[in-house]
Amino acid sequence: MTNAIEIVNASKIYQRYGHRRQFATLKSALLSRSLVRDLNPTETFAAVKNVTFNVLKGQTLGVIGRNGSGKSTLLKLVAGIAKPTTGTVKVDGRVSALIELGAGFHPEISGRENVFINGIMLGLTKREITRRFDEIVEFAELEEFIDAPVKNYSSGMYMRLGFAVAIHVDPDVLLVDEVLAVGDEGFTHKCLDKFSEFKRRGKTILLVTHSLGLVEKFCDEALWMDAGRMKVQGDPKRVVGAYVTDVERSEEQQLAAGDAKARDATISVSPDEPSSAVLPDHPIETAEAPADMFRATEGRWGSREIEITAVELLGADGIAGHVFHTGQPFAVRVKLRAPVEMDDFVIGIGLFNAEGVCCYGTNTSLEAFKSVRVLGNGDVTFSIERLDLVEGTYKLDVAVHKLDGYPYDYHRLLYTFRVKSRTKDVGIYRPAHAWSFSPTVQFVKTDDAEPGEPTER
Amino acid sequence: MLRNLATLFRYRGLIQSLVARELKARYRGSVLGFFWSFINPLMLLLIYTFVFAYIMEARAEGTDPYALFLFCGILPWTWFSSSLNESAGVLISGGNLIKKVLFPAEVLPIVTVLANMVHFFFGLPILVIFLIYFQAPLSPIELLWFPVIVAVQLVLTLGFALILSALTVHFRDIRDLLANLLTLWFFATPIIYPWQMAPDFGKWFLNVNPFTHLAISYQEVLFFDGPFGHWRWLLALGIFSVAFFLFAYFIFDRLRDTFAEEV
Repeated sequence: MTNAIEIVNASKIYQRYGHRRQFATLKSALLSRSLVRDLNPTETFAAVKNVTFNVLKGQTLGVIGRNGSGKSTLLKLVAGIAKPTTGTVKVDGRVSALIELGAGFHPEISGRENVFINGIMLGLTKREITRRFDEIVEFAELEEFIDAPVKNYSSGMYMRLGFAVAIHVDPDVLLVDEVLAVGDEGFTHKCLDKFSEFKRRGKTILLVTHSLGLVEKFCDEALWMDAGRMKVQGDPKRVVGAYVTDVERSEEQQLAAGDAKARDATISVSPDEPSSAVLPDHPIETAEAPADMFRATEGRWGSREIEITAVELLGADGIAGHVFHTGQPFAVRVKLRAPVEMDDFVIGIGLFNAEGVCCYGTNTSLEAFKSVRVLGNGDVTFSIERLDLVEGTYKLDVAVHKLDGYPYDYHRLLYTFRVKSRTKDVGIYRPAHAWSFSPTVQFVKTDDAEPGEPTER
Repeated sequence: MLRNLATLFRYRGLIQSLVARELKARYRGSVLGFFWSFINPLMLLLIYTFVFAYIMEARAEGTDPYALFLFCGILPWTWFSSSLNESAGVLISGGNLIKKVLFPAEVLPIVTVLANMVHFFFGLPILVIFLIYFQAPLSPIELLWFPVIVAVQLVLTLGFALILSALTVHFRDIRDLLANLLTLWFFATPIIYPWQMAPDFGKWFLNVNPFTHLAISYQEVLFFDGPFGHWRWLLALGIFSVAFFLFAYFIFDRLRDTFAEEV
């Protein structure tokens, strides 16, 4: 098979703005033969760096990556809208780029006229457009409004028409940049059907998207761009998996940094001078519990006769972290220190979701553990066999107090963790569950989600 | 560059429909619509005639009827000046196309010039009515030169439009500068006064101004009696215009890759 897209060592370097004089003088700009190279850029920014890949004819390549990783620039290079600063980009066949839909529409004239002009811009002849006109209008679902000026269209109508024209150009190579977000569910499905049809007809598609499921389902290959470079290229499942893991790692770092900050704020105030350095909206430390426990924000208080020295969140493998998967084991390990021997103490845990709803709360006393004694350093571990929470961010209360409620050390919402799930179910709690159907009710299992099952990556 | 020029020919369908769109969109929503193409030059003519024939009665010999004399120069000047004015900003306002669609950028200034040429053509019937009304001394052989003059002006205007549109992307100051420059240019061209009225030191200056020769050519063919004596100048200007157009296209082509980043 031959290559439809061939990119060899391509880079795209942009000048940073801020210095207005790009050319020394107009005259030198016109006379020197190398306009772009002679500018001595004070600051440059490589949007795409040394990228090399091929796409075989008839293949679909999904490009994923964070914002600003060079995905769109890459697409522009393939489309020929931007020229690579170094390296080569070769594309075989007619290209249609769905980058900005309806980019060439003129607001004052009707949808009908815009279809023709847009079609011609995209490389169709008048006759070809006439032949496909009804199909385009039907696809855009704009039969009623096609003769109204485009300026009166809603943004959805505008996008649909732009999409319909672009997709009917009948390209050999289709470039798609995150345009499926337009339109409602129904239209999105129609677009996907159209892409599938393209695939069946052996067209090449380059898809830039944040929808990882789409890449897994739809693409033959995936490419992960990171900071302008190619990170991984290959099997979509593998690449998406690697990408997701990486995103989790950076989330993990953010959460860890956030937790550390919250704790630092509490520790900076010493227990001897409670509420003397009260900073509103900051986690503060007081000897007394706030009046309304359920409205309290992050904070720490207590007498410190027993001190919580550290709290660790443990995942399936027993490794401390901040990102966990639904259905996997989860544990909270609380490290304690009691300088003097104590005999009246209760250890409690509270789990809150982002809206502040208490998902679960318990303590040793409620579960009929009667305290005997504690002295020196110690560990308490609270383990959950399956973390059956829906996807989201959660916060943790950890406390040691007397049976009557007198706090030794109360950590209020100081620990944040995130639960990830491939199933986008809703609510707070996911009971372990299963679906069953009688033979007359038929379903096919897609591999999108595994309800009730631990997700594997 | 030559290959690009050749592909430009392939875009004639696009240019054609964009010119049509430009014309349609311009008067969409106005009550008089296309009639504005006739009314605009007519009003301009009335204003200038009123000012120069009744308020400042500084008329030179042989410019009677003055309204007709004026019209022969103003109509093509309007085409020229609005083309330049509009093309200076055309790449910036069409930035969406350049940035998001694979689109030959030179189409935009070309469309601007052609759309204004169509306006110029719409003004011609009014000119014809004036010519008949004033019984202008027309000769069929002289009139054969008319399309030649139009062609030379077209090539010259295209050259200016290409160069201005490309440079304005990098030097936005041009847009502001240009408006003033065009006013000066208008008065430095024998449109409201005949060539003979210019002082001797000014004649050298007028000769360097390419539009002088277009204006004189229009006036000689349409207004003045006698043979068209300015044809040598016109042909020379024609050659210059082609060279200038190629130069302008060369500049445009050099700057082409920077447009997507700068607009």
